[in-house]
Formats: sequence, C-alpha cells, structure tokens
Amino acid sequence: MTTMIKTQTAQTTQSRTSAVFAASFAMFFGVFMVYGVGFAQPAEIHNAAHDTRHSYAFPCH
Amino acid sequence: MTTAIAAGVAAGLLLSVIHEFTTTPIILHAEEYENAAPDHHAALPDPILRELMENALHKAAFFPKNLNDPSRSLSRNQSDTLYDDRSGQFHLVGGTHEGGHGEEEAWGPADGWERTLFTTLANVLTGVGFAAILVACFVFSNTELSGRRGVIWGLAGFAAFTLAPALGLPPEVPGSMAAELEGRQLWWIGAVVATAAGLWLMVFNDKRLLHVAGLLLLLIPHLIGAPQPAELGGNAPPELAGHFAAASIVVSALFWVILGWTSGTLWQRLATTEA
Repeated sequence: MTTMIKTQTAQTTQSRTSAVFAASFAMFFGVFMVYGVGFAQPAEIHNAAHDTRHSYAFPCH
Repeated sequence: MTTAIAAGVAAGLLLSVIHEFTTTPIILHAEEYENAAPDHHAALPDPILRELMENALHKAAFFPKNLNDPSRSLSRNQSDTLYDDRSGQFHLVGGTHEGGHGEEEAWGPADGWERTLFTTLANVLTGVGFAAILVACFVFSNTELSGRRGVIWGLAGFAAFTLAPALGLPPEVPGSMAAELEGRQLWWIGAVVATAAGLWLMVFNDKRLLHVAGLLLLLIPHLIGAPQPAELGGNAPPELAGHFAAASIVVSALFWVILGWTSGTLWQRLATTEA
C-alpha cells in the first residue's frame, strides 16, 4: 500500500515537473512572440505591426 | 499549448475587429496630422533663421560625432521626430508611419486591406503570445482553472501589461512627443515584470512580509518613473490623443477578459478530458 502511494506520488511529482517544464517553454514562446510583435527593431516588422503596437500601447517610434 | 494557441487566435481575431472600429480610425486620423504638419523649420518665416535652423538640424541628424556623443542624448525615431533631450530645442516632425526617412524607405504594408491584414496578423500573434504566457502562469500557480477564474487571471494580465505601464507611458497616438525609444521599452518591460511579480507575491503567498514585498514591487517602477519627453506638444490634437489612450485601455481590458475567459475555459475542458 505504502509502495503504491509512493509510486503515485513519484508519478505526480514527475508529471508536475514535466508540466512545469512545458509551461516554461510556453512562457518563453509567449515572451518571444510578444517581443517580436511589440519590440523587434527591424523597420519592416515595425511597419507591419505598427497599428497593433500603438493599440496595445507598446512603446513605439 | 493548444489552449494558448486557440485562445490567442480567438482573442486576437476578435480584437482585430474591435480595433478596426476603435483605435485604428484614431491612428489613421492622427496620421493625417502627422503627415500634414509641416516641418517646423520650414514654417519659419525668416529665411536666415530658417537656414540657421536647417544647419543645426543637419548637424544634429547627420553628424556622426554628435550622434555618438553620450552627453548629447539625441534621438531620431521612426516617425521622423528629432529632438535634443538636453536642450529640447528643435524637433522635426513629419514623414509617414511607414518610417519614411527619405534616405531609404523600409517596406510597410499599403494602406487599406493589406494594412488591416497585417494588423490582424500582429494581433493574432500577440494574442497567442499573451495566451502562452497566461497558460504558463496557470501551470506555475498549480491551481484549478475555469472560465470565471480565467477572467480574474485576465484582469491580472490587464493590470500588469496595460494599467501599470500606462501610468508612466500612456498609450500614444502617432505623432506624439516621447522620450527615446530604448529607455521607454526598458521601463515598460520593467514595469510589466515588477507588476506581475508583485501581484504574484501578493496572491500566492500567506506570508505578510511577502505581501508587503509584492506591494513594493508594484510601486517601484512608478517611483523610478518612466522616461518622459523633453518637451510636449506633438502633432496630434490633445482631444484625439486622450480619446486614443482611453480607447486603447478599454480595448485592452476587453482583450484580457476575453483571453482569460477563453484560456480558462479551454484549459479546464482539456484537463477534464485528459483526466
């Protein structure tokens, strides 16, 4: 019984770790996307995302 | 990840429709002023004064020594606004939003459907990005999720990404005066991170000390203060700028509530199917 609980706990910890790992990836991805639209310097990206940058009040120009 | 993408696309698309009727018309309206405004030096009646001013501008803009001199914080930003932070003496406002600097014009979407298309694309990408950040926070918090709780999460996102930065750097309509871009971007990022971290400490902790620390984190960016322009008075009429700031904040609030609700609902649904 104790072994079973231990195994379950181990599994929960493991899935929690992998969930946190996946979430860290999602966080990184999200920051990358927002940075790309809101902050990236190249003029082409700036021009394409211009109205979005203003509407979301990202510092623009 | 599916939640983030689906919620982001949904919120981004919906937002694009709302933008099209709220902030975009104001941006276009403001650009009329931005483009119509004559160069300040060109409007000078006295030809001698005008030449002096042109020389000064020429040196400031194209003389590399001046540009590299750290004591002179010169900035020449994308909308052709040029000013000297130290003396605040001259500025040149003009050009188009396409970053037309005269020398070489970078590509930009043409007005009309192409521009709308790119704005929509940028909105969707932003939506997906924000949704990914939100969903990552769901996981980190290790709490139960639902549509309703998602709305609260969304409001926290609104506070961190819109309200807190707006206090120092109100949403700007094209043609406004503003301080150097890098400084503002840095402050913006700092304000967002500090506010998000502060809220997190206040919500997901039982320790009083950490609550106080969270509150301090919320305050710090505003105590430091955002970089402000050396002088005020852009091309856009104040009424328009005020209207734009309000519209931008209202639309952001809508965006975050929609994003939060959609993410929370999808997250809950996926969690139940997996279990």
